[in-house]
Amino acid sequence: MLGLGAKDTRLFLIVIGLTLFAPFLLNPFPADSSLAQFNAGYPDLMQRFVIFGIFAIGFNILFGLTGYLSFGHAAFLGVGSYAGVWMMKLLTMNVVPAILMSVIFAGLFSLLVGWISLRRSGIYFSILTLAFAQMSFALAYSVLTPITNGETGLQLALDDPRVLGVSRTEAGSIPLTHFFGLEMRDGFDWTIGGWVFTFNVGYYLSALVMVAAFYVSIRIFRSPFGMMLKAVKSNQQRMLYTGLNPRPYTLAAFVISGMYAGLAGGLMVAMDPLAGAERMQWTASGEVVLMTILGGAGTLIGPVLGAGLIKYFENIFSKINSNVLHQWFGFLPDGLEDALVFVVYPFVGKGWHLTLGIVFMLVVIFLPGGLVEGGQRIGRLFRRGRSSSSKHERTAATPSSHAAE
Amino acid sequence: MDAIILQVLNGLDKGSAYALIALGLTLIFGTLGVVNFAHGALFMLGAFCAVTLNVILRASFTTIDETRTDFLGNPLKVETPYVEYWFGPEVGGSIIEWSVPLAILFAIPVMALVGIAMERGLVKHFYKRPHADQILVTFGLAIVLQEIIKAFYGANPIPTPAPDAFSGSFDFGALVGFDAGSIIYPYWRLVYFGFAAAVIAGVFAFLQFTTFGMVVRAGMADRETVGLLGIDIDRRFTFMFALAAIVAGLAGVMYAPINAPNYHMGMDFLVLSFVVVVVGGMGSLPGAVLAGFLLGILESFASMAAVVTLLPGINQVIIYLVAIVILLTRPRGLMGRKGVME
Repeated sequence: MLGLGAKDTRLFLIVIGLTLFAPFLLNPFPADSSLAQFNAGYPDLMQRFVIFGIFAIGFNILFGLTGYLSFGHAAFLGVGSYAGVWMMKLLTMNVVPAILMSVIFAGLFSLLVGWISLRRSGIYFSILTLAFAQMSFALAYSVLTPITNGETGLQLALDDPRVLGVSRTEAGSIPLTHFFGLEMRDGFDWTIGGWVFTFNVGYYLSALVMVAAFYVSIRIFRSPFGMMLKAVKSNQQRMLYTGLNPRPYTLAAFVISGMYAGLAGGLMVAMDPLAGAERMQWTASGEVVLMTILGGAGTLIGPVLGAGLIKYFENIFSKINSNVLHQWFGFLPDGLEDALVFVVYPFVGKGWHLTLGIVFMLVVIFLPGGLVEGGQRIGRLFRRGRSSSSKHERTAATPSSHAAE
Repeated sequence: MDAIILQVLNGLDKGSAYALIALGLTLIFGTLGVVNFAHGALFMLGAFCAVTLNVILRASFTTIDETRTDFLGNPLKVETPYVEYWFGPEVGGSIIEWSVPLAILFAIPVMALVGIAMERGLVKHFYKRPHADQILVTFGLAIVLQEIIKAFYGANPIPTPAPDAFSGSFDFGALVGFDAGSIIYPYWRLVYFGFAAAVIAGVFAFLQFTTFGMVVRAGMADRETVGLLGIDIDRRFTFMFALAAIVAGLAGVMYAPINAPNYHMGMDFLVLSFVVVVVGGMGSLPGAVLAGFLLGILESFASMAAVVTLLPGINQVIIYLVAIVILLTRPRGLMGRKGVME
């Protein structure tokens, strides 16, 4: 389908299915049950899942294919966000021009950064991208305040020109972001029994964009261009000897992944028209690295899974406080209950970063292919169980055939 | 002229911290070939060694003094630290007051243990893996370490005072013949600089003048040949990792009075220290020290009012700008050896 192999088509359809039915899948618990706090199916979080999914997919095109570890990708997301908000301030509240502008600006900026940084490889490349990102962050906070509004963050205002729209609605408030009239905030709740499912316009727009982004990334992975990028990762020297210059390919990958980051930034402001400098800080870049590695760098679906997992941890796992724990372990004798809560507490709630760090280290140490590799290994374990038993039958069969000869 | 001297002095303390951390990073990279993103966390652990010792020394018991009353009219509760109870108020009080310098003695074994555990337990398994993996796993470790500290000490900075003898400032200008009051400089920062210089000198002397150091230097130059000569170079390199951890830890201990330690101070320093290492030249110890001081001083010059009005924002980005220029024009850094990760 659409020029994809059978296996990729299956994967693509799974991703479409997952994003389409996310409001159901992420809301497995009835709204009034005690487990309702683990429901992740509210619009804000679902949007974040897919937006960071896009960010991670883009990062994976650079890191997963070429092996260049950038520690400054958040800068492109930040630049994209600022460009998007400016578009909304100056032109219209329609999100399409804003998102386009985000992608273009992030692309241009990544072209500049990439052109300089890619002169070096390995650790030097990481440091260079880090330096550029920290520079943009510092400048956005200080000198560029007229453009970025410094610490407050860039926001919409009532006196923005908005040439193709209105500066303020008739009610006197700031107009909402929309996609040709469909407001991002719109949606409807569907109540079935105790369950409430929310369908949100903004989520479905982002999901659509993510599916498209995912499709493009599959095509890149399978294209001759993708093969070149893998060649850059495995052996640049050999590539040079065969008469191919790795630089343009790597730069193209860098710019593409920068544009993905810009796309994510644009969508972010389309959902919530606000852009702050902290989005560009190097810890934000570190986060997308965590997502990609956790899910599985170099795999197609891995980064999306990693992004979902981390955002789920950040928003849901972090809500578990000691009361919830006491409730969970309430069936145990008091002393044991307190002891368990004491042991578990540092790892959940506000301490979720600790769990994340430990899981991340374990993944890097034991599963360089991330969660995807983990899944594959488990799958192989089951299959091996079957195939080894059939092998036994074959080996059992051979001696007898020898004997017959 | 006095303004220039003031900026040089201001740059010295930050430069000392950069130089110490970069020195440790380079020791690890030069010996083991590992890029250690957790080095900032080691610096932070050092600072929290000072905090911990301070907390321990202040541990006290409460007695009720019947002869005095507090403002509510109840008998006054007097808190006596155990140290003062054991050694008498004079000696005990000064022990508490000098907790930061004392923490040096406390931090050395702690950091050595942390360093050895880290090398044997984790980093050892990453020698043969790509640099990207090393960066990632140590980055993960840094997150874990700082979250552990956060779980124990909370997210707020914890003020840790220097001894009273060094807590004030002095008039450096008057000392060298300028107008009185033109250069006021805190004592502790001078102590920090002196301390850093001593540690750096100690590390260099150790490498230069001892047999152990000679073997380590030989190992840095050609690990395989040293191994072929029948020397267990791995054990010595583990020791060097511990030494690097100690250096980072000591930098942290003494930095505690300058900036109240919080759990993410390591990350803030880490980024800059890496830039310092790259500018100095990956694998070059003198380069790391030189670049540390140079960038520290450069940063303080860039934050002079005259410079900032001329080039707004330059104080925020000068270090990164220098790093970019150096990497592009002289990729092996100021004093890097030829062929090391070019």
